[in-house]
Amino acid sequence: MAFEGLADRLQSTIQKIKGKGKVTEQDVKEMTREVRLALLEADVNFKVVKQFIAKVKERAVGEEVMESLTPGQQVIKIVKEELTSLMGGEESKINSADKPPTVIMMVGLQGAGKTTTTGKLANLLRKKYNKKPLLVAADVYRPAAIDQLQTLGKQLNMPVYSEGTEANPVDIANHAMKQAKDDHLDYVLVDTAGRLHVDNDLMDELKQIEQNVKPDEIFLVVDAMTGQDAVNVAESFNEQLNISGVILTKLDGDTRGGAALSIRAVTDKPIKFVGMGEKLDQLESFHPERMASRILGMGDVLSLIEKAQENVDEKRAKELEEKMRSASFTFEDFLEQMGQVKKMGPLDELLDMIPGANKMKGMKNLEFSDKQIGHVEAIIQSMTPQERMEPSIMNASRKKRIAKGSGRPISEVNRLLKQFEEMKKMMKQMTNMQQGKRGKKNKKMKGLNFPFM
Amino acid sequence: MSFFKKLKEKFQSTEKTEQVSDKYKEGLTKTRKSFSEKINDLVARYRKVDEDFFEDLEEILISADVGVETVMDLIDELQMEVKRQNIKDTNEVKSVISEKLVEIYQGEDDEEIATLNLQEDGLTVILFVGVNGVGKTTTIGKLAHQLKEQGKEVLLAAGDTFRAGAIEQLNEWGKRVDVDVIKHSEGSDPAAVIFDAIQAAKSRNADVLICDTAGRLQNKVNLMNELSKIKRVIEREVPNGPHEVLLALDATTGQNALSQAKTFGEATNVTGIVLTKLDGTAKGGIVLAIRNELGIPVKYVGLGEQMTDLQQFDPQAFVYGLFADMMEEENLDS
Repeated sequence: MAFEGLADRLQSTIQKIKGKGKVTEQDVKEMTREVRLALLEADVNFKVVKQFIAKVKERAVGEEVMESLTPGQQVIKIVKEELTSLMGGEESKINSADKPPTVIMMVGLQGAGKTTTTGKLANLLRKKYNKKPLLVAADVYRPAAIDQLQTLGKQLNMPVYSEGTEANPVDIANHAMKQAKDDHLDYVLVDTAGRLHVDNDLMDELKQIEQNVKPDEIFLVVDAMTGQDAVNVAESFNEQLNISGVILTKLDGDTRGGAALSIRAVTDKPIKFVGMGEKLDQLESFHPERMASRILGMGDVLSLIEKAQENVDEKRAKELEEKMRSASFTFEDFLEQMGQVKKMGPLDELLDMIPGANKMKGMKNLEFSDKQIGHVEAIIQSMTPQERMEPSIMNASRKKRIAKGSGRPISEVNRLLKQFEEMKKMMKQMTNMQQGKRGKKNKKMKGLNFPFM
Repeated sequence: MSFFKKLKEKFQSTEKTEQVSDKYKEGLTKTRKSFSEKINDLVARYRKVDEDFFEDLEEILISADVGVETVMDLIDELQMEVKRQNIKDTNEVKSVISEKLVEIYQGEDDEEIATLNLQEDGLTVILFVGVNGVGKTTTIGKLAHQLKEQGKEVLLAAGDTFRAGAIEQLNEWGKRVDVDVIKHSEGSDPAAVIFDAIQAAKSRNADVLICDTAGRLQNKVNLMNELSKIKRVIEREVPNGPHEVLLALDATTGQNALSQAKTFGEATNVTGIVLTKLDGTAKGGIVLAIRNELGIPVKYVGLGEQMTDLQQFDPQAFVYGLFADMMEEENLDS
């Protein structure tokens, strides 16, 4: 399949280069072809790819690589740096008006996720900045779009301004402004109807709203799975409305999100937020460097570490690690570690952030769902304290009891026991390895071992 | 030259109303322009068929969201063909390119239009699946309208109990096309909704039951399992059901569409694809990729926002719409 990641593709090419004392132009050419294909497969716009490749080529045959002791690594570094710079510098903030309310307009194609994102953004404004937003239902075309925003408003306990489907969106926006001023609200978020960028009548409507409410921000909401067309859409919206930023949605899918790269490169407008899930608190700031890692299939260790720091008790993590090393790791510890990991978020998301996780043997076919973790927990919790400390006392009758207690088949209990034993063996090996020459590298990841993999 | 004639004759001889082809022509204006214009451009720019020429061609195809793998195959084939026929002039290569493209679009030579598997008697259950925001509910509304026009007794099941306002949205469509909607409250178990809807459809002797489901990203294991459960419920309650599992795909989706088709296919055994929003600037190249790499037939395309803008996917009309400009040009030449 086409989604194996640039790193995968690169590695085979890099392997060839690695052993060589120097990188020839031919090597670079071969490699850039691979990079090019991988980027195209990630939906990066072909024009952007072309420029990008030209730049990488230039730098890769330059001195910095030739003189480097590890040319292969150096080339990857160049690719990543160039990717990051393509996606823009630091994360940016939301503009605010000198005199409240600050007006934000949400625009985009149908089905990009404008209404949901409007709700998420309002939630973020309140949670992070302690502001009071007003949601404005200006999508009078799609059936039940207003209901959707009203439901979101109810869930968030926030005011929603609407005038039904008969009203003119421009009027709605105007009246909403007045309402926000009267009620002393800080932000007005206008949810507009999805429209094709080639639909002139509807685009004119947007322009009229813009002229009337003078928004401080116009966010273009883009589906991260969009293909080559993303650039046309963004360019066209930008030309007609002069958007101020982009919000990328549905990035929690398995898309590589190359569209992100292209939009920034073509319109020069920053990506400000990304939608990472269906829940209303799953809107995050955009980090170009981390996105570059993701596109390269290199994982997102930074986010992972941040999450770990937020949620994992460091002292306990150290203790656990000590236990792993001394191989005195028990089911009790296992259970606790699972709890810690669970706090960090859905497993599959975490896995995505681990470099190389997508390449680990068998990892791709493993289905990680929180439900399965629940099953494992149930099995362990059905064990007696003694069994948890010394799994070796396990016999058929005990297993039967555990299976009954947890409501899982015996085969599953057996599997868990076996996996646990293997895991312990593996830990021992890893500890030995860590004391070896690769020690330094592995230490970075300590405390982040996932025993149930 | 003769190739286009053949295509045109073939197209016209099959009794299709002008209306159908006009709809396609209109809906695909964007698609057609980019394809034929770009290829004409390319041919004008290069005088010799060389490596650079093929690289540019590669880009044109990729920019139309044709799958990377498909493009590579196509280019390889073209290079072979060019060598075999010893073509040096780019003008000559043009017809070879079109020929190859049409071949993929069309698939087997005499392919029938993939129709819905509607039961002669008894209940037909159609299940809609897809990621968020591709247009499942809208397509259901349009399809319900179409089936109703054909005199079928249609019932809708509001299986999207997750997204805010989704039930209301389907309900609104039900009102518009005058069909009943079976619904529970938001947050209830979608499989239960479908179960109830099947019972209702049976007792009312409905002909077709169309089931909506919540949009889900294909990498969410739990949600995909939920979908399998819904399918199992249908299988249990209706023999041979569901008769159709239609995957709604956004035409603007890029390479990810393949992953969607694959994963949804595994979870629910997708029987057909509905390509939505094809009236934008999207190139529809994804059809090529899906045909070539997955072999799931495209059954419907959404060509606009009106109730009547859902068309049966007709590969020949699609090809005709896509290459209309080039065909007319060639006819002038001859």
